[in-house]
Amino acid sequence: MSIDMAQFHQVFFEESFEGLDIMETGLLNLDMGDVDDEDINTIFRAAHSIKGGSGTFGFTAVSDFTHVMETLLDEMRDGRRQVTQVAVDVLLGSVDCLKEMLTAIQDEQEIDVESVNKYQQALEVELNGTDASSTENTVEPSDEQTSQQVNAKGWMVAFSPHADMLKTGNDPVRMLRELSSLGELTTTVDFQGVPDFYELDPEECHLSWSLELVGDIVISDVNEIFDWVEDECDLAIQPLGSPTEEQAPPSSPVAEATIEKAAEVANPSVENKKTTKVKAETSKKPAAKGSSSIRVDTSKIDTLINMVGELVITQSMLSLVGEHFEMNKLDQLKSGLSQLERHTRELQESVMNIRMLPISFVFSRFPRLVHDLSSKLDKKIELVLVGEHTEVDKTVVELLSDPLVHLVRNSLDHGVEMPADRVAAGKPETGTITLEAYHRGGNIVIEVKDDGKGLNKEMLRAKAIEKGLIGEETILTDKQTYELIFMAGFSTAAELSDISGRGVGMDVVRRNIQSLGGNIEIISELGVGTTIAIHLPLTLAIMDGQSIAVGDERFIVPLGAIIESINIKESMVNRVAGRGETFRLRDEYLPIIRMHEIFGVKTVQATKLTEGLVVVVDGQGMRCGLFVDDLLGQQQVVIKSLEANYRKVEGVSGATILGDGSVALILDIPGLVRLSNQ
Amino acid sequence: MATILAVDDSASMRQMVSFTLKGAGYTVVEAVDGVDALNKAKLQKFDCVVTDVNMPNKDGITLIRDLRALPNYKFIPMLMLTTESGMDKKQAGKAAGATGWIVKPFNPDQLLKTIKKVLG
Amino acid sequence: MAEEAENIKTEQAEEKELKKLVQFLSFTLGDEEYGVDILRVQEIRSWEPVSRIPNVPNYEKGVVNLRGAIVPIIDLRERFGLGHLAYSPLTVVVVLQMQTEEGAVRTMGVVVDSVSDVINVDKKTIQDAPNFGTKVSTEFINGLASVEERMVMLLDVEKLLQLDALDDDNEK
Repeated sequence: MSIDMAQFHQVFFEESFEGLDIMETGLLNLDMGDVDDEDINTIFRAAHSIKGGSGTFGFTAVSDFTHVMETLLDEMRDGRRQVTQVAVDVLLGSVDCLKEMLTAIQDEQEIDVESVNKYQQALEVELNGTDASSTENTVEPSDEQTSQQVNAKGWMVAFSPHADMLKTGNDPVRMLRELSSLGELTTTVDFQGVPDFYELDPEECHLSWSLELVGDIVISDVNEIFDWVEDECDLAIQPLGSPTEEQAPPSSPVAEATIEKAAEVANPSVENKKTTKVKAETSKKPAAKGSSSIRVDTSKIDTLINMVGELVITQSMLSLVGEHFEMNKLDQLKSGLSQLERHTRELQESVMNIRMLPISFVFSRFPRLVHDLSSKLDKKIELVLVGEHTEVDKTVVELLSDPLVHLVRNSLDHGVEMPADRVAAGKPETGTITLEAYHRGGNIVIEVKDDGKGLNKEMLRAKAIEKGLIGEETILTDKQTYELIFMAGFSTAAELSDISGRGVGMDVVRRNIQSLGGNIEIISELGVGTTIAIHLPLTLAIMDGQSIAVGDERFIVPLGAIIESINIKESMVNRVAGRGETFRLRDEYLPIIRMHEIFGVKTVQATKLTEGLVVVVDGQGMRCGLFVDDLLGQQQVVIKSLEANYRKVEGVSGATILGDGSVALILDIPGLVRLSNQ
Repeated sequence: MATILAVDDSASMRQMVSFTLKGAGYTVVEAVDGVDALNKAKLQKFDCVVTDVNMPNKDGITLIRDLRALPNYKFIPMLMLTTESGMDKKQAGKAAGATGWIVKPFNPDQLLKTIKKVLG
Repeated sequence: MAEEAENIKTEQAEEKELKKLVQFLSFTLGDEEYGVDILRVQEIRSWEPVSRIPNVPNYEKGVVNLRGAIVPIIDLRERFGLGHLAYSPLTVVVVLQMQTEEGAVRTMGVVVDSVSDVINVDKKTIQDAPNFGTKVSTEFINGLASVEERMVMLLDVEKLLQLDALDDDNEK
């Protein structure tokens, strides 16, 4: 039977990458002074699994490489080797190497042999203390082939199981059966050892056999049959036709050469033999890149199934009511409909919940990042993770990763000071970077906090002026000063160090966050530290919206953006030539955006400001008043993309389908402000 | 046809073993570690147990020892899947009551051959 | 019996002929006839009210809800400067699909005067687009086909569904 092993490859890759993550986390968490045996064991097991799987599925290069790691880890867990920082770093590097190898294989690319050899050498240096270049598996020295020749006639086997042999599940009948498949077998059973009936323990074996096996058979085949029961029986094998043919089973334990088949059985490389030049090992099927799949707790699925069940019940109840409807059934209908609404809402929440993943998925890469970068920078930095269990939509997880890396790198590079400087400033030598996530309102907040040197307002301002981003007389609040770093062109090449990355500016970070419908703010204190907070909507697909009417067109304003809605009095309005209209709200003047003008709505009803409503909204710090005809209802809307089939429209973040089937546009406040400024 | 309990913490190995044995007509139940395996073994009598050695929560050798203590499993064949080519693991396994072993890496045919040997 | 055999024979011959044929959906715009690859046609619908999109070209009439997807409706007459025709329940919208560079599928509806039929065109008989004389810009025309006595201009769907950049710098 030939089985296509490729069908198991994808699972193998997935579990191997998970195993590598476990190894990495485990290695990073090892406390040199007090190593927990169970921790080492966990790391060992992960390596062991990868080695086993890769061997089974024919990825020999991976298997060989992992073997060296496993040997090192095995010695550590047995206590034969001390766990040192150097060894841990070498192992961390090896984990990286394995990740590269597995990724290469998964993508059907060539493995970087040079790179692998480099890492392997490092491992071997650590293992042997010398530059050993061989990577022999500990192959058992194949024992001497028996000097006994293959006797054309056959073998005489004296087989005496020990009393307990049955208790390991070894049935003598099996051995007899196997022998008989090798050649012509004549069995003679010896009852002598069987005790009296009343003393007989049926669970013990008291029989023994003389077996005559005729045929052209190699002794190793005969021995193989008794491989497992070596220590549980007395075995003597003589060639047939040799002068001394013993009939009685010997009483001494295993005689003759038991050929160690270990060498053969231990390395049945499915395909490639180990060659000096490692060729690309590829899996047959191209594995799905960048998983578009998700792991879901079965309990979430069960909840979903229950809800669908209830929905079905409600639906059949409603169709029953509808069948021969009469007015006296109205109450039933109403109650059924409200049940339907409840079930639909619950179902919707459950489904959205399925896409939620704990943010630990995003946070998980940071311990390693901080560990590596802080040693590279010669800084002492501790990473604290808070709220890792906080759940976010899968898309958020995917899109948040890169911006966060940029922010953390910034903190590492520019935020936290060198140990000496910190001590001089009266701070502890080790700086702390905190990544925290929590839910607030309908949003998820992720904060990157450092206790470093903070932002210097004067310097920021000076730099912005120097770069021509603001004028000398421009007045900025503290918050606006900090936000200067989000302006494109703020950082120069000289500052974009290797650490913080080239070509990825804070402006890109902010844009990415905004494109997700979120915003980013900075809080800082000179000498104390900086906190960067990212706010993102919890789900990207559903939003609470306020429906507004402009003429006979309907738009949706994100409820979270609305501050209040007011009736404007002429006395509140201020008109400045060339600068549009503003109105006074408490102590600030906010611009008025006439929706019908901006969106060209011809059927508008109210043209005088006093005839309509002004909805005061806030979009990422920009406040304004939207002049509309009327406020309609509030509802949850499903956000549909306008760009999928059409185009991006300024001032519009998406569209939704209303209850009557028509399409309403969802407003994008910052976009509207930009539009009105043109 | 016989029912086999396949125990391994690696999903890909479990799948491979399961697929191979099912293809030959055996009924296969999977367990992810020694604890899971012992629970399943108590609920249903298997004709054979194939288990990995290195697993979290309860390793293969301990599992075999615990199974042998159950009256239903005194004589049931139990095979260890092990990469250790060294004798010590095999000895430990036999001492715990293992019937025999299959050395990893193995190919599906070797697995089938060994199972057939043991189940007849 | 013999007649049946004859029928089968002609059918088979026709089938053989059909294999070299490409199918187009033909429709009219003004007094001219156009065709689009039938494989690009998702469905044909009658006109229904659209939701207007602000600040886009006139011929992009708005969007509709097509079984949950937001689909834009383009008026081809206006696109090609043929003047607007009042919409009635008899007005037809042809819903077309195309593949984007990223491999996604884009769906758009185009308003036409009326839909004629599905025509089978032998690939070999398709002529090149003329350099002049057509109302529709030749950049959209893949070729000319002769069907019965009519001339059908075969349109390039990808180019047709390409949207113009907006005048005010809205697209980056």
